[in-house]
Amino acid sequence: MNTLNYADINIGDKIPNLDIPITASLISCAALATRDFEPCHHDKAVAQGMGLPDVFMNILTSQALMARFVTDWSGPEAVMKALKVKLGAPNVPGMTMTVSGEIVEKDDAEKSIKINVTGENNIWGMHMSGSVQIALP
Amino acid sequence: MTPEQTKAFEEKVYTFVGKPIYTGPRRGYDDVNSAMIRQWCEVMGEKNPAYVDQDWAEKSTRGHLIAPPAMMYAWTQEGYKVASEGRPTDGQVEMVKFFDSYGFSGSLGTNVDQEYFAEAKVGDAIFEESVIESISEQKTTARGIGYFFETYAKFTNQDGVLLGTQRFRVFKFIPPQQEEVTPASSDTLEIPTRVAAPRGQDNKWWWDACDEGKILIQRCASCGALRHPPRPMCGVCQSTEWDTIESTLDGELFSFVEMHHPKFPGYQYPLLVGVISLAEGTRIIANIVGCDVKDVEIGMKLKGKVERVDEKTILPQFYPVNN
Repeated sequence: MNTLNYADINIGDKIPNLDIPITASLISCAALATRDFEPCHHDKAVAQGMGLPDVFMNILTSQALMARFVTDWSGPEAVMKALKVKLGAPNVPGMTMTVSGEIVEKDDAEKSIKINVTGENNIWGMHMSGSVQIALP
Repeated sequence: MTPEQTKAFEEKVYTFVGKPIYTGPRRGYDDVNSAMIRQWCEVMGEKNPAYVDQDWAEKSTRGHLIAPPAMMYAWTQEGYKVASEGRPTDGQVEMVKFFDSYGFSGSLGTNVDQEYFAEAKVGDAIFEESVIESISEQKTTARGIGYFFETYAKFTNQDGVLLGTQRFRVFKFIPPQQEEVTPASSDTLEIPTRVAAPRGQDNKWWWDACDEGKILIQRCASCGALRHPPRPMCGVCQSTEWDTIESTLDGELFSFVEMHHPKFPGYQYPLLVGVISLAEGTRIIANIVGCDVKDVEIGMKLKGKVERVDEKTILPQFYPVNN
């Protein structure tokens, strides 16, 4: 498994989009994998009581998917420096979230790059937007 | 809330700023371990060998497995107790309860910013020290009236090495009255449709014809001038008598924009909106479809089709005419 070289990355480069089907299994199992036991992420009745149609994705999962999107592309020797997430519309089962990213900054001294990442679902729009900073060899 | 109540509330709530959330560093129930990492990776679809492949990791620059940095905050979570008996009291829970007691019971996580300074290894203990860092002044947002609060957390290992920091921003607000919240019960997700055009007595006839696949143009019964969009009086001779002709939907592009932001649910992007000069002489606003934005030019020939664009909406859309 290769890791990208800092020198080969250009500002404006785009990361190929990733489509993630949002299912009740993903939402509830990922909430538990992040040890988030808030009932709204695994108990549909609780989520419906809050006015949502079904369980919705927790923040730690959105962070995880954003991080994975970047390191899938960069390769395993990349070192994660920062992960900043702004949250929008909830992800609920039946949606598809499309994650996209673009390189916006390069720091030659640190050999780090900043990638703006957004995750939009096909029903309610922007689920997450933010940036990931990684250092590359 | 009366101004006096707001004053009393704010006097107390701002005393939470600077308070620690836990008494002393809180150690995660489990130290960093490969079982929890593997489970997390499985669910997230994470294939990074730096987290799960021992052989790969030993030969890598690091020489050992690491925990996914995005798991940082997972290690110190409370666990199943949160669902079975409610979140145990800590500094943040105490503050949240105070917000709730004044009606600010809505909670919405809005931002989480993490920075990482060192990678956690299997076997590391994770300690979290958190503080309530700030509470905003009262804000009015689309969700309602409330306050943003921010917590700041530092994560360290057993040697005191700083692994990372986190700022977590939450909006605490007065939610809509309970009776206004319609508990959702549908098992199927409602697919959003486009914003429906309002139909009044001066334009309902136009939309009804559109629903039947026809695009009509108003014609003054007195002087014959065509007009669009529909309105009750002729701009040329002021007659209020009129009939209609049906457009052939042959046209040419007069002007256009590409809508980027904000994106509305129910619309397909890229979203091209054109002003089209129809062969009959009036102009119409409609979407340009069936071509790439880079191929769109003012003056290009277009042909319209009346089409169903979603479950509730029928609209004319214009396609380039390829010569």
